[in-house]
Amino acid sequence: MSEKNELKFSDSLMQFINEWKEKPGNLIMVLHKVQGELGYVSREAAEKVSELLDVPLAKIWGVVTFYHFFKLTKPGKYNIAVCLGTACYLKGGDKVIETVEQTLGIDCGQVTKDGKFSLESVRCVGCCGLAPVMTVAGEVFGKLTKDMVPTILSRFE
Amino acid sequence: MSIVHVKINGIPVEVEAGTSVLDAAKAAGVKIPTLCHHEDLKATAACGLCIVKMEGSPKIQRACASPVQEGASYITDDPELFKARKTVIELILSTHPAQCLTCIRNQNCELQTLAAEFGIREQPFEPRVKRIPKDESSPAIITDPSKCIKCGRCVEVCQDLEGVYALEYIGRGDNTQMVPACGLNLDQSPCVKCGQCAAHCPVGAIYERDDTEKVRNAIFDPDKVVIAAMAPSVRVAIGEGFGLPEGTVTTGKIYTALRQLGFDKVFDTNFGADLTIMEEGSELVHRLTHNGVLPQLTSCCPAWTDYMEKYYPDMIPNFSTAKSPMQMQGPITKTFWAQKTGTDPAKIVNVAIMPCTAKKFEIGRDDNMSSSGYKDNDIVITSRELIRMIKLKGIDFANLPESEADSPIGEYTGAGTIFGCTGGVMEAALRTAYFEVTGKELANIEVDSVRGLEGVKKATVDINGLKLRVAVVSGLVNVKNVLEEVRQARAEGKEPPYHFIEVMACKGGCISGGGQPYASNTKNRIARSEGLYEDDEHCKIRCSHQNPSIQKLYKEFLGAPLSEKSEELLHTTYQQRPIYK
Repeated sequence: MSEKNELKFSDSLMQFINEWKEKPGNLIMVLHKVQGELGYVSREAAEKVSELLDVPLAKIWGVVTFYHFFKLTKPGKYNIAVCLGTACYLKGGDKVIETVEQTLGIDCGQVTKDGKFSLESVRCVGCCGLAPVMTVAGEVFGKLTKDMVPTILSRFE
Repeated sequence: MSIVHVKINGIPVEVEAGTSVLDAAKAAGVKIPTLCHHEDLKATAACGLCIVKMEGSPKIQRACASPVQEGASYITDDPELFKARKTVIELILSTHPAQCLTCIRNQNCELQTLAAEFGIREQPFEPRVKRIPKDESSPAIITDPSKCIKCGRCVEVCQDLEGVYALEYIGRGDNTQMVPACGLNLDQSPCVKCGQCAAHCPVGAIYERDDTEKVRNAIFDPDKVVIAAMAPSVRVAIGEGFGLPEGTVTTGKIYTALRQLGFDKVFDTNFGADLTIMEEGSELVHRLTHNGVLPQLTSCCPAWTDYMEKYYPDMIPNFSTAKSPMQMQGPITKTFWAQKTGTDPAKIVNVAIMPCTAKKFEIGRDDNMSSSGYKDNDIVITSRELIRMIKLKGIDFANLPESEADSPIGEYTGAGTIFGCTGGVMEAALRTAYFEVTGKELANIEVDSVRGLEGVKKATVDINGLKLRVAVVSGLVNVKNVLEEVRQARAEGKEPPYHFIEVMACKGGCISGGGQPYASNTKNRIARSEGLYEDDEHCKIRCSHQNPSIQKLYKEFLGAPLSEKSEELLHTTYQQRPIYK
């Protein structure tokens, strides 16, 4: 692996990896934890997991690119998730995404230049009664209209 | 192993339990179409073309991944199956660029062949071809993901046959690509350039870098002295490109063809192979008698060398420093032969004809590959490229008269020629090492215990009381267990489990190298190896040290094996390289 991998995992993450090291099916568990700690799975993180679990990097990259859940780029300080589940979609979730994109000047899946916001679409956040819904840094905003978007975003510094 | 009785389209056939319906059908003489299955690989059931029905069952099954059931009767063709298969092909064609005329696989493409066989005349599905840039970063292999039909053979080959893990299924569904991790290109990946992905690709999505035009330009340049030398295994493969039976030895015809193509001199890398044995064999004897690092590992295969430098750098002291036959033939041509004939080495263009894509990488590995003061080899073309050049020139290969190679670096022995198959380097080395140790010739020079297509062969050979423990590996995935044995013995301070280990990256050795004619399988691997052993038997001289041209080369130029001059021209060094750049 790359010689200059100086990425450090926390003690608790290392402990988790050691616990799971020999168990079959450990890769996805470990990658979940890694993303939990770092917010995404970087190449360096994937290389480190490869070394620790003795799994080829290619296999790990195959897994993280297969599952939508895994992120390969660092999310913004505030991650915006716009719901495009059935209810939200019918209630205009696509319009919400468009508005966020225009407001921030980025496409879905990208991060603003200042690293403040990242934008993704998700499938159902579990509160269809509030459709259309988006979450910003985990906080839920429901019954959205286009006009509400800039005001909501301006609250995050 | 129990026997199962089944019927394929009413034809009774007996096969071993566990045989797939696809293989049972083959045994019954019925071909079931497939684009993903290959006998070298486990069935992935990816393409959906090999569907069959079993009488009495409502289910349609994939023949490649369904083991036969006792007493079952399978139907491989009816209107419903035909329609489903035709739809699969039409769907693949809708995402495949219609570039057959300009594709490297034109007339040699499994998809094109199937489309023709199924009589596809229309495109019922709207074309939605994704334009994805080619990866041309590697000196040996080019990938063109736009043409990929996602059969997965390349990934399976790279991981299960070679253990390299350069390629993986990246992404999901329609967006899946067979590429390296982290968005890297091939040159930054662990790829060892063995080319087995290209040799197994059913279409033109992975292929060798085509250097034929460079060769033609050199030939047509009046200032250049263009010299050809072909590897051992090329002589038993080229015939397939011209309808000759698999494994036909066509050495003399190839010499004639090379002259007709316009090469100024025709030498033979088998001479280089004899020279490699002199150096590598002497090195082995030296290690054995001077308490050297053992086991000695062979270093002729550039894909294996690349693999070792990335995955087993702790084995560098075990690696024979002797260069490969190609990299010995090159500098000898540009020094010894050039001096002897008064040829300006700057004008020489050495063209090596190889069964191998990694050889394209090897000629530019490092400065050791320019030991003559010039690039020791200038261009490498594969067997497939030579076949194309012969066809382009309009040469009637099958009916060519035979001719001889040019002297004095074209003569070879039987030991040189068997280099092309797994176990061949070992056997050739043993023939000469025995002589060097005992001063006597082997009574029976055929070492049967190292012959055959098994991935790992182990044997003990008696050299005048010294029990020489040897292992022969082909297919890089098989190297791990053998090297782990060596590591373990080392860690425990024990005697090494082997004295000498031969490794070839490709299954069966160079005879089914990544640059050989397409569709390598057990049948043609056997035929091509038999061809080489037949060539060996027909050689008057069958041990490298008896080659009079080799003896002359040492007498007039090199002195002795491992001499200062030999070390300078014929030996190299290795270094640890990162798995990923």
